[in-house]
Amino acid sequence: MLEQHSSSQATRNLLLVAPAIVVLVLLVVIPLGIMAYVSLLARGEGSGVNWSSNISGAAYLSFFVEEDFDGSLVPNYSYLLSFLRSIAQAIFTTAICILLGVPMAMWMAGLDTKWRSLMVLVVTIPFWTSLLIRNYAWLIILRQDGWAQEFVNAILPAEWKVSLLYNDFAVAVGLAYSFLPFMILPVFSTLEKFDWRLLEAAYDLGANKWRAIRNVVLPISMPGIVAGSLLVFIPSLGSFITPALLGGGKTLMIGNLIYLQFTSSRNWPFGAALSIILLGLMFVCIAVLALRQKRNAAVSGRKRAK
Amino acid sequence: MGTALTVDVRGVSKSFGHGRNAVQVLNDVSVKIAEREFFTLLGPSGCGKTTLLRLIAGFEDVDRGDIFIAGQRVNDQPPFRRNVNTVFQSYALFPHLTVQQNAAFGLRMKDLPREEIKRRANEALEMVRMSALANRRPSELSGGQQQRVALARALAPRPQVLLLDEPLSALDLKLRKEMQIELKQLQNQAGITFIFVTHDQEEALGLSDRIGVMNDGVIMQVGKPIDIYERPTHRFVANFIGDINLLEAKVSNGKALLKSGHLVECDVSAHSPSSSVSLAIRPERARIVKETDTEANFAGIVDHFAYMGTALVYQIRLLEGTKFLLRETTANGAGQFAQVGSRVGIKVAPEAIRVLRD
Amino acid sequence: MKPSLRRIPLSREISFAVIAYLYLPVIVLAAYSFNANRTATVWTEFSFNWYLRILHNPSIQAAALNSLIVATAATVASTIIGLLAAVGTQKRFKGRSTLEGLINSPLILPEIVVAVATLILFVSVGIGVGLLSITIAHIAFCIPFAYLPIKARLAEMDKHYNEAALDLYANRFDAFRLITLPLLWPGILSGATLAFVISLDDFITSFFLSGPGATTLPVYIFSSIKAGITPEVNAISTVMVLVSIVLVALSFAINRIGKPIRR
Ligand SMILES: Nc1ncnc2c1ncn2[C@@H]1O[C@H](COP(=O)(O)OP(=O)(O)OP(=O)(O)O)[C@@H](O)[C@H]1O
Ligand SMILES: [Mg+2]
Repeated sequence: MLEQHSSSQATRNLLLVAPAIVVLVLLVVIPLGIMAYVSLLARGEGSGVNWSSNISGAAYLSFFVEEDFDGSLVPNYSYLLSFLRSIAQAIFTTAICILLGVPMAMWMAGLDTKWRSLMVLVVTIPFWTSLLIRNYAWLIILRQDGWAQEFVNAILPAEWKVSLLYNDFAVAVGLAYSFLPFMILPVFSTLEKFDWRLLEAAYDLGANKWRAIRNVVLPISMPGIVAGSLLVFIPSLGSFITPALLGGGKTLMIGNLIYLQFTSSRNWPFGAALSIILLGLMFVCIAVLALRQKRNAAVSGRKRAK
Repeated sequence: MGTALTVDVRGVSKSFGHGRNAVQVLNDVSVKIAEREFFTLLGPSGCGKTTLLRLIAGFEDVDRGDIFIAGQRVNDQPPFRRNVNTVFQSYALFPHLTVQQNAAFGLRMKDLPREEIKRRANEALEMVRMSALANRRPSELSGGQQQRVALARALAPRPQVLLLDEPLSALDLKLRKEMQIELKQLQNQAGITFIFVTHDQEEALGLSDRIGVMNDGVIMQVGKPIDIYERPTHRFVANFIGDINLLEAKVSNGKALLKSGHLVECDVSAHSPSSSVSLAIRPERARIVKETDTEANFAGIVDHFAYMGTALVYQIRLLEGTKFLLRETTANGAGQFAQVGSRVGIKVAPEAIRVLRD
Repeated sequence: MKPSLRRIPLSREISFAVIAYLYLPVIVLAAYSFNANRTATVWTEFSFNWYLRILHNPSIQAAALNSLIVATAATVASTIIGLLAAVGTQKRFKGRSTLEGLINSPLILPEIVVAVATLILFVSVGIGVGLLSITIAHIAFCIPFAYLPIKARLAEMDKHYNEAALDLYANRFDAFRLITLPLLWPGILSGATLAFVISLDDFITSFFLSGPGATTLPVYIFSSIKAGITPEVNAISTVMVLVSIVLVALSFAINRIGKPIRR
């Protein structure tokens, strides 16, 4: 509801929100600003950054090239590859979540109210338990001498011996496991009020079951799937715990790269630059989605106008 | 009714929203309400009744104009400094407090001595016959009981003005009739000015000392129920309250000339010759006579007819095509029915015709 | 009605698999924590041994105490801030959605980015790392978790309650204290519980800001895992998961107080 605001009311509201603004500006906005600044500095000798160095894009440049021992710049694709691997890993995770989460959401939407709320709880609870511990649990299951590995190697031919842990597969399993609820819940909420008679009508009109689902249920759940994909994709892209625990030394993701710059490598400007690039990537994804939604709204608006 | 003013609204305007979305909700509204008066605001949905009450209570600020309560300008006073209490349509009883605590809330906030708070809260509950349920929570009460508690809560601090926004609309018909009577008695007993909002015309006519009829952010007419009903000043007021027939006419030689050519005797002294006017005639003020009767003012054909127990209701098509509603009482026996399709004459006494400017 | 149509083919089977996928790992972890065998690959017999061991492990105790201190302080601060913000953003005003975006930004931004940015800030202004830094940083990302349930509760609340209190001569503070606050309690408790759980379970921010002697439980668990799996870690992890689940269930239960049961 629109309220006319006298200035005293506006002042009161501002005072009430002020502490939250102060805390979040101090602890989110300003740090990100300083980090953007640091990404333009040079690394320090003792500490991670040399505060008095000149501003330059060197940290961003070192994302693509490295200095050879004779001082000439040669291309270095390893960081770019890590980024691409992160994106691929995040896409793969999103795909797994769609394959598992969408049918689950559809199943939940068809349940009785009582069972539905129980299932929502079942899907929600893992989100509130420690991500670290949940990934650690996978470490136990997938580890070298674990029963899962023994079982897999027992079925596979002897010359195909595989390792389940410390590879992209393990990371995908862990990421999908970590973020699956973010796919299930939005899709479920778009389907929650779905009128199943629509499906029955399509069925009566001669569509077979699969076609009825494809042409009726899927389009209706699409906004949920899109939102869920974003909610899975973004934290997967910036994930750190899962690749740190389940990934191998060769399967670095962006999160691990950033981590390294602030720990063993002590190269804050480069870590800051990586962080800024990650943020940029995320905002591009969100912006693309927002644009898409705007266009869809415009299209459906035009359709309605006809 | 006293003569001193309690509420004086002077040229108040109010709009919501900004820029292109701004909606003018009240437009230069002025009304004076006397001490101990039962004043009712009546009008169609969205005409600004609630907004006017909220301005008087202080929940919203006026854009222009002034509001005086007991002679004091209260424009800048917050609600808790205005000696005005509200009975909300949804009652808004505090769900975590008991009936007694609800009734005592205003007294508590006035920092009265504990003894007095208790006594006066109990008195207020007594007045609405809710003492027996003083320890219940609002959720354990029926709609009518909640309504009474809301009244007691608003009356306990003895405000100068009580604002009631459709307080009875959530009740069923029977309970509503009971509460109407109680409300009137309470008002007499408490000696407080009531400003009452309702959609129900019968409620408004039966309870009020005066009624203000609102439309589209403007007060069209203020008057006693009998003035509003018998002597509406606008077509809108005439139409809005009760059933009425409006016939187009032209002033001609001190009479009104209908489209059908009939000359009708009525008081047109307020209107200039040959100006267009509407004749407002209540259905119960017209009589059916023989078409040939010399007393007949105009004529028509009976389109429809219904026996309603206490009345006979006719729908008559006048010669120029206008529909005319006519209600004859059966108090003196049902008499003769005019047949559907028959031509009849209609007789209206000159004083029963209200001539309105178009 | 053809109820069979409601069942999308395979969706039930997939759902059961998903539920297993979500819960089996934690159950396996819990099971291992009761295994008497240290190597943990083979089951020998049921034992509470590892739980008893954590009771006598000073580093675990110190880390647990740190976690509790941080979570309690961050919860109190973020709940108060979140409550004020929820009341302040109740009515629409220009810039409200931007403000809400700021308040909820920790939910969208990758935690590792904000964590290292905070590290840079604290080091550059000289606060450095340690328990205090961890607590301050936790306040920021706990705010949305406290804010959202309180705001939802406020939105559901009849705004006439507040007006009725003002109408009955309560000043704004009394109206808030005597009417709004008591009706808001379930939302506040629920938000506080969620903030507590989020702070208790946080690893990334705590990791970057932890210094010598300022280790929280998740940071301890991470370093233990890196050093090699031990049954004690399984036990303390199981305890943490259990605490989270109990608290979250409690939070949901509290939040249902005073709400009409849904159809
Ligand atoms: N806070 C507000 N913001 C914007 N518009 C409002 C607000 N309050 C009222 N209005 C608008 O002002 C107009 C008058 O509203 P008001 O509630 O005063 O009408 P009312 O006469 O009480 O109607 P009803 O009989 O339906 O209760 C309506 O068009 C309404 O939409
Ligand atoms: Mg109204």
